[in-house]
Amino acid sequence: MVENEESVLAEPEYELLHSRSEVFYDRFERKSELKHQTHYCPGCGHGIAHKLVAEALEDLGLQDRTIFVSPVGCSVFAYYYFDLGNVQVAHGRAPAAATGVKRACPDKIVIAYQGDGDLAAIGTAEIIHAANRGEHIAVFFVNNAIYGMTGGQMAPTTLVGQTSTTSPWGRRPVNEGFPLHMSELLATLEAPAYIERVALSDNKHIMGARRAVRRALELQREGAGFTFVEILSPCPTIWNMQPVEARRWVAEKMIATFPLNVFRDRKPTIPEGKNPPQRSVAEVLGLEEAGGKITLAAQAVARPQHHLKKLSIKIAGFGGQGVLLLGQLLAEMGMREGLEVSWLPSYGPEMRSGSAHCHVCLAQERIGSPLISHPDVLIAMNELSLRKFAPQVAEDGLIFYNREQLPDNFAAPQARVFCLPATEIADHLGAGKVANVVLLGALLEETECLASETAVAVLETKVRNPQLLELDRQALAAGRQFVDKEAHNDAISQSDGFAY
Amino acid sequence: MRQLSKGNVAVIRGAILAGCQAYYGYPITPASEIAEAAALYLPQVGGTFLQAESEVAAINMVYGAASAGQRVMTASSGPGLSLMQEGISYLAGAELPCVIVDVVRGGPGLGNIAPEQSDYFAMVKGGGHGNYRNLVLAPASVQEMADFTVLAFELADRYRNPAVVLTDGFVGQMMEPLELELKTVEEPEKPWAVKGTPETRPNLVTSIFLEPDDLEAHQRKLEAKYKRAAQLEARYETYMAEDAEVLLVGYGIVSRVLRTAVEQARQQGLRVGLFRPITLWPFPSKALAEAGARCAALLDVELSNGQMLEDVRLAVNGKVPVEFYNRVGGNVPSAEEIHDELLSRLAALA
Ligand SMILES: Cc1ncc(C[n+]2csc(CCOP(=O)(O)OP(=O)(O)O)c2C)c(N)n1
Ligand code: SF4
Repeated sequence: MVENEESVLAEPEYELLHSRSEVFYDRFERKSELKHQTHYCPGCGHGIAHKLVAEALEDLGLQDRTIFVSPVGCSVFAYYYFDLGNVQVAHGRAPAAATGVKRACPDKIVIAYQGDGDLAAIGTAEIIHAANRGEHIAVFFVNNAIYGMTGGQMAPTTLVGQTSTTSPWGRRPVNEGFPLHMSELLATLEAPAYIERVALSDNKHIMGARRAVRRALELQREGAGFTFVEILSPCPTIWNMQPVEARRWVAEKMIATFPLNVFRDRKPTIPEGKNPPQRSVAEVLGLEEAGGKITLAAQAVARPQHHLKKLSIKIAGFGGQGVLLLGQLLAEMGMREGLEVSWLPSYGPEMRSGSAHCHVCLAQERIGSPLISHPDVLIAMNELSLRKFAPQVAEDGLIFYNREQLPDNFAAPQARVFCLPATEIADHLGAGKVANVVLLGALLEETECLASETAVAVLETKVRNPQLLELDRQALAAGRQFVDKEAHNDAISQSDGFAY
Repeated sequence: MRQLSKGNVAVIRGAILAGCQAYYGYPITPASEIAEAAALYLPQVGGTFLQAESEVAAINMVYGAASAGQRVMTASSGPGLSLMQEGISYLAGAELPCVIVDVVRGGPGLGNIAPEQSDYFAMVKGGGHGNYRNLVLAPASVQEMADFTVLAFELADRYRNPAVVLTDGFVGQMMEPLELELKTVEEPEKPWAVKGTPETRPNLVTSIFLEPDDLEAHQRKLEAKYKRAAQLEARYETYMAEDAEVLLVGYGIVSRVLRTAVEQARQQGLRVGLFRPITLWPFPSKALAEAGARCAALLDVELSNGQMLEDVRLAVNGKVPVEFYNRVGGNVPSAEEIHDELLSRLAALA
């Protein structure tokens, strides 16, 4: 026996609204079978919530500029009813998808409509972060304390003691925790402009809900920011109640757990921050410089036939010694001299522990593997690297070691070793960090693989600080001189007495 | 004009060239430079960059932007791609174009951050739920990181489907010369997009078809599209394959190691060639079957437990023996290692 509806209705201080909103379809165009008027159950809150949203859109004249993001839940088919552009999204992800839509269409109204499983369980992260970013979207959160669509499982908003198919003895906080208060939670955030909880318990409250829905959309029209309306809503079918009884349950039980309130209604002050400069695609891609200046690469030395056929170099040392940078310098130089080049860094856990190495290939032909197992040249900036990588160097290869002499009890490799105290030389110049450039100078002088003018040209483009650039120039020269001098003295010897 | 560029950065350079308007992502090694380059460059050309709260959110932001008709992308590595799979399935189901870059690292689980090719199944065979395909391109150089990103945007729009650039930690992290040419972006009309305008008001982006007949019809439509792509879009590259007795098969970074191995073998008078699939889906089965038919054996080399191997075997359909060599865990074989392997297999074959 259905109870008399009048008994739970408050005094009729509301307008009568019987007409269909323009925002609804005349016919269920998007619904394949027309057997039912609506796919919602009798007395379901979703129907009322839909009506409130549609009316507000119509009154505010927003129909042509609104995009509706529908969730997974009973309202997955919201697009059966709304004559709006609709994006149906994955379970819980409406705030993320709405973010993508809104950022693509910043002057449009974007609505995310979600249930409590969708928003407060699987999509908790998405709603919190969208709110925290102050996304300019309106979220309508239909809280019916249950999973409707999947047939009545527990929701994060299920009341303490409320039974569901997955809380058959009633929700026990000791096992499932307490009902989640999303409005209160979101109200702790800085960015949201508007947060209100309303209820569809009786016509008076429905009128309150109507006002809140309209406010949320009005604020969207004004570009105020993130607006959120939590709508306590009956689900008679799953609650196993008559529609009127279900409404009363909203009024008596749900509101007691989820108090109605305007938790936030203010335009947030959100600092603009530093705006990125606006440039052309060509400029950003380095295809032309601002003001039509000639790009530096255009001045590259054109060498159709390079004397160097192929050279592979491994550089290793501590992080902070400029190991990776030295490799990049070599690669850039090779490229400018018209060679094919590749630079492959070590990355990962060993970087954390302070070691770094990289592989540089210079070649006339297209480079196959950028990974070098037997380098022609090893530049070892510390003892660890020397010990680790020296055995890999090709027999006729060359090793540059960043010390005056080889360490004790070091089994001499087959390759030639060139010792030079690059860090000390760099320290003398005034900055230990240019040791890598000292080694570069030595490499260029000893092997003549690339031109030192190219090194200077590359350094000029890479090093903006004029003092540091001067240091780098001196370091390069010092490295070259060291080799020059040593060659003169004929004094480069290895521990096994081999001299060259 | 050549610029020295990192593979990961080249992705974004390509994306900007292709008119990419938005990037949504979450940091992960060895893919983070893609997000960083997007953060630096996209907003300067009027685009959107947003670091999402997770890969789950990122792929759904991509879904939203794609629904609105934008050229949009994301990038990640293994664990992040695992989280994106649901979203990718939705994108394919709703026929939304987007570009997804997977800079593959070692797995399973947290694995490590060194290069692997172990996401082949996940990206090429689907990975998410349901009957769908990703278009998958496998670059092997920095230049291709940019070029294939551009191509991925074009293919994604042409087929209204996610396109994946499947690469690895080495290609992502290495630097090589990059040459870009400014071109006018020819983006197709997207009359299906939802843009909040009177014209697009009837539009609906969805992947739900409750009636079996409706869903079957939808899937038939997808199948037809995939069939067309399979006929038109398979891409590959060969090197000294014409007279090869043994054909090495590998994609991405491995194809480069194999190229060096082919050169080494040829120097010793061994007739060895290379077949390199460029699209992993559609897989260049026909071309591989033809190239393979002239050989005594194939040697498939992968940084996985034999994931592409299945497609290689299907392509030659038992007509040629397919040998397999792999390294995993982040180890990349050297050309010498492949060469030794080749010699021992050849000895066994003889
Ligand atoms: C990833 C994923 N997990 C689970 C589901 C199944 N599912 C569909 S709707 C739903 C719950 C919906 O409940 P709610 O958000 O409260 O909406 P209502 O149906 O009550 O309106 C679930 C769990 C799904 N579609 N996707
Ligand atoms: S199950 Fe509940 S929420 Fe779903 S349509 Fe029925 S009454 Fe509404």
